[in-house]
Amino acid sequence: MQFTQPHLEYAQLAPMLIVFGGACLGILVEALLPRGSRRVPQVVLTLLVLVVALVDTIVVGVHLDKHTDTAGQSARGLVGALGSVVVDGPTVYIWGLLLVFAIGGAALFAERRLEGGVSGFAGQAAALPGTSEEAEASRLGLEHTEVYPLLLFAVGGMLLFPASGDLLTMFVALEVLSLPLYLLCGLARRRRLLSQEAAMKYFLLGAFSSGFFLYGAALVYGYAGSMTFTGINTAVRNGAANHGLLLAGIGLLSVGLLFKVGAVPFQAWTPDVYQGAPTAVTAFMSAGTKVAAFGALLRLFYVGLDGERWSWQPMLWIVAILSMILGAVVAIAQTDVKRMLAYSSVSHTGFLLTGVLGAQSVTELAHGQYNSLVGVLVYLTAYGFSMIGAFALVTLVRDEGGEATSFTKWAGLGKRSPLVAGAFAFFLLSMAGIPLTAGFVGKWAVFTSAMSAGAWPVVVVAIASSIVAVFFYIRYVRLMFFSDAKPGEDGTVTMPSVLTSTTVVVCLAATLLLGVVPGPILNLVVGAGDFIR
Amino acid sequence: MTALETVPVVDPAHAGGVLSLVWLVIALPALGAAVLLLGGRHTDRWGHYLGTALPIGSFVISLVMFFGLAGRDSGDRQVAQHLYTWFQTGHLNVGFDLLYDPLSALFLLLITGVGSLIHVYSIGYMAHDPRRRRFFAYLNLFVAAMLMLVLSENYVGLFLGWEGVGLASYLLIGFWQHKPSAAAAAKKAFVLNRVGDMGMGLAIFLAFVTFGSTSFTVISHAAAGGSQTTMNWLGVLLLIGACGKSAQVPLQAWLLDAMEGPTPVSALIHAATMVTAGVYLVTRSNFVFEHAPAARTVVVVVATVTLLWGAILGCAKDDIKKALAGSTMSQIGYMMLGAGLGVAGYAFAIFHLLTHGFFKANMFLGAGSVMHGMDDDVNMRHYGALDKALPVTFATFAMGYLAIIGFPGFSGFWSKDKIIEVALTERPIVGICALLGAGVTGFYMTRLMLMTFFTKRRWEPDVHPHESPAVMTGPLVVLAALSVLGGLLLLGNWIVDWLSPVVGTAPHDDPPLPGPVISLIAVLVVAVGVFLAWWLVGRRDVPREAPQDVSFVVRAARADLYGDDINDTLVGRPGAALVAGSVAADRGGVDGFFRGLGATVTGVGVGGRYLQTGYVRSYALSILGGAIVLVLTLVAVNL
Repeated sequence: MQFTQPHLEYAQLAPMLIVFGGACLGILVEALLPRGSRRVPQVVLTLLVLVVALVDTIVVGVHLDKHTDTAGQSARGLVGALGSVVVDGPTVYIWGLLLVFAIGGAALFAERRLEGGVSGFAGQAAALPGTSEEAEASRLGLEHTEVYPLLLFAVGGMLLFPASGDLLTMFVALEVLSLPLYLLCGLARRRRLLSQEAAMKYFLLGAFSSGFFLYGAALVYGYAGSMTFTGINTAVRNGAANHGLLLAGIGLLSVGLLFKVGAVPFQAWTPDVYQGAPTAVTAFMSAGTKVAAFGALLRLFYVGLDGERWSWQPMLWIVAILSMILGAVVAIAQTDVKRMLAYSSVSHTGFLLTGVLGAQSVTELAHGQYNSLVGVLVYLTAYGFSMIGAFALVTLVRDEGGEATSFTKWAGLGKRSPLVAGAFAFFLLSMAGIPLTAGFVGKWAVFTSAMSAGAWPVVVVAIASSIVAVFFYIRYVRLMFFSDAKPGEDGTVTMPSVLTSTTVVVCLAATLLLGVVPGPILNLVVGAGDFIR
Repeated sequence: MTALETVPVVDPAHAGGVLSLVWLVIALPALGAAVLLLGGRHTDRWGHYLGTALPIGSFVISLVMFFGLAGRDSGDRQVAQHLYTWFQTGHLNVGFDLLYDPLSALFLLLITGVGSLIHVYSIGYMAHDPRRRRFFAYLNLFVAAMLMLVLSENYVGLFLGWEGVGLASYLLIGFWQHKPSAAAAAKKAFVLNRVGDMGMGLAIFLAFVTFGSTSFTVISHAAAGGSQTTMNWLGVLLLIGACGKSAQVPLQAWLLDAMEGPTPVSALIHAATMVTAGVYLVTRSNFVFEHAPAARTVVVVVATVTLLWGAILGCAKDDIKKALAGSTMSQIGYMMLGAGLGVAGYAFAIFHLLTHGFFKANMFLGAGSVMHGMDDDVNMRHYGALDKALPVTFATFAMGYLAIIGFPGFSGFWSKDKIIEVALTERPIVGICALLGAGVTGFYMTRLMLMTFFTKRRWEPDVHPHESPAVMTGPLVVLAALSVLGGLLLLGNWIVDWLSPVVGTAPHDDPPLPGPVISLIAVLVVAVGVFLAWWLVGRRDVPREAPQDVSFVVRAARADLYGDDINDTLVGRPGAALVAGSVAADRGGVDGFFRGLGATVTGVGVGGRYLQTGYVRSYALSILGGAIVLVLTLVAVNL
């Protein structure tokens, strides 16, 4: 029996390898250094790994070669690791985006000034809430530094998710990114029951939806006889037998992915988890998971199931419409800022799905329009920066019980801290899609591409629900600037260290720049080109 | 269809010479808003002077540019200025371009001219308000946004200005936020305007998808090639946008409530400029509407309904500002009607827009002056016989009154008469409605005039009416003069010729009756309205309390013709039910669970754990249900 050594494209896979390698190093740091002196090495290591990976991603992106697929379409990229990983323009762009968001997330993880010298993570996760062990842990100022390797593992999974070339790799990536996040969600220092409950819910429901995904993968394999997206696409185009198997498979695969992006009717976990998780984790997760999962969703639907578009499009129409309406409408009734942002994130999922429904091929597009891939990627960029920025600001408004997330505590914040309130208002306006913010450019891009594809009912709903959404964003702006706090009900702003403030400033600058001069980013995304098949 | 070929296209030349200053017209008030808002309390002392000087500066530039434009050949009167490229990818190029042509030139003069006068007036009117600086900042913001709206060369820029004036209007209606009624009015205006903006947003996307651009230049060139269905949809969507901003039926309900704002705001935003943005939009989009006959019919219907609706409201209101607001709604109906009538009507719509800007701003400021003298009482039943106490206000108000009812020779006579004439020519039934509306206008304006300045005095004993300071009466005098003389714009058919490069030249149609005869009939109808008002109001004593034993017509008119109830039934209640229903469906008591959890956070929540498993189970159930729905959808599509 002859074994041939598999050929791996190390150069192109390097960003992922760097992140995974860094995560393993982080575990070694945990094992070898004494508890008290782990934090600085961990933070430095994490940031260093992420920055190196980002630089390498840029290098990979610049040096991508032309690839011509079986249909004769050519785009930049390569199919690597024996067909299980695809590195092409969109992948590289998503990698870059993810790494930037991860750097922001890591900076928020490392923030210690807000809690008076300790991080926002539990001192001793194993100690039961309310017990003497917990009190002891907080007296000693203990903190978990395992969060940094966990973050890196999650980032690694996120990098692999949109780059996967077959269903099995995609499933593995899904689990690799999810498991660390489940853990991270349960590690809040304050309100630990809420946090642990969020983690439990997220884990159970995540496992449940993963099961759907895996079963869907099995069904699709049964239909196509192949796990690779190219193979599935060929089978779909040739019209293999047992079409029902394929349809059921598409439905079940969609459950897994739509759960991760938080689309209705798979959104139920979103508000609870966003609220319960430590806010730094929420910030990273809300942006990172959404970017990675949409990347995977696009690859599955555009590459693997492209020939079956007429089957899955109506399904996504319904999901998009439901997500936008439910997200916007329920957000109106929220009285907690984290839950409000969570529902707003659900409605953003709907907007992104509107983009997924958009026109892809050049022939459908009028002069000078973007295809849906560009629309979704631009929207993700705008969305991620404003979400991270907004959640970072949520960590700053505090009272004696930790973060003050109730609306009443934010009343009149504009008078107490015009900078924080102004920045938060700006992020909200961007989420609302007001012109001259990043959100407007994103909405513009996804709506026009959906309109070109004839999905005008979805666009009508999208515009209607963005109008409803403006209502609650503006209500919050009014709350901060035009109403007065009840006595004793006013959250105060704690000055953060340079880590959080830099993150906020970068997000602010990105949101503004993308709104005012979106040209460079748009060109970058358009230049990234299409998926390779 | 031969007339279609005469639709002029937008084809601007590069702005050179004095016209290259056009960006400065927007920049000055924008700068004012920025300085006053960011400068904080340091600018309290001189902020209002700066806030007034900058719009005046814009006015001077507008005037200079106007003469610069007038000095050119009529074919060269369109110039564009490229400010910067917003985004450019492949062939797509969305930039901030300004378009300066005869239409925007007139708007510039109106906005900066009337705007400056109102700024001056506000120095006096807001003298004792502790937040005067902020007021001027918002006013400047409004002026900048409004100028952006009328100067933009594409729909995206127009939309930016459109949202900007909406924001400024929202802030100014709710300026006295300590009054709950003001906050509620601001919210109502915001909500109804969002409905309009939705139409506007869809129109922009549709235009973009159809023509691959939002630039007026591109669309006007390509419009003839668009399918009629698309053009009709585009027209209707633009009209929805216009209805929201210009308070046309069915999105009219916010305008009367908007009178909660300070009176200069009512004069500037809710009479002279912002509410006429819808008319501007329709006129500016003439290249769309000329190819959309069905949409134009809808415009005419909406306009006719509104002009009668507003007039009826004006008849029953005792609040002087609300009566004027009803009248504004009605007059915008006239403008909209003019614009909906097509090439023959555009110029007169704009003409009426200008004269209305003069006389309505005049009367609103006059009403503000009356309120100033009457301790901010707005109820006309508490006025009476103010002509002696407020001589200047009375005299200037009278000029506005004569102008709006269309007294021969005054500005309103010329402009309204022309719209009625065109309407009678093009669509006789609508023309008769417009004629009827003129009669009702005569009625309600005479009623307002009589109840305020004539009849017996009905003041509270401790009220001592006094004339306003010169800084307030000065602008009144200027506006009164314009109300009288505004008709000069029609001299030698000037305004029609001036606007023809933008809106086209109408083929000459003979009206069913000779022009002077129509004018005579209109004057007679108005005279009947005036006489009736005297018969019913002027002759008798006006009760201080509104009588309750009135006919159902009056009751309906007092209740804004049930506009709020209609909105509530059709949108409000279903909307509230949707929110309540979604929340209930989405959380099913999760809220209660969290409250419970909060209480048990310190202990170990046994009850919480029970609930916890329950919830995960129900979430999981929803995932399962969702999965089934997805698969069923997929199967259904393939059946």
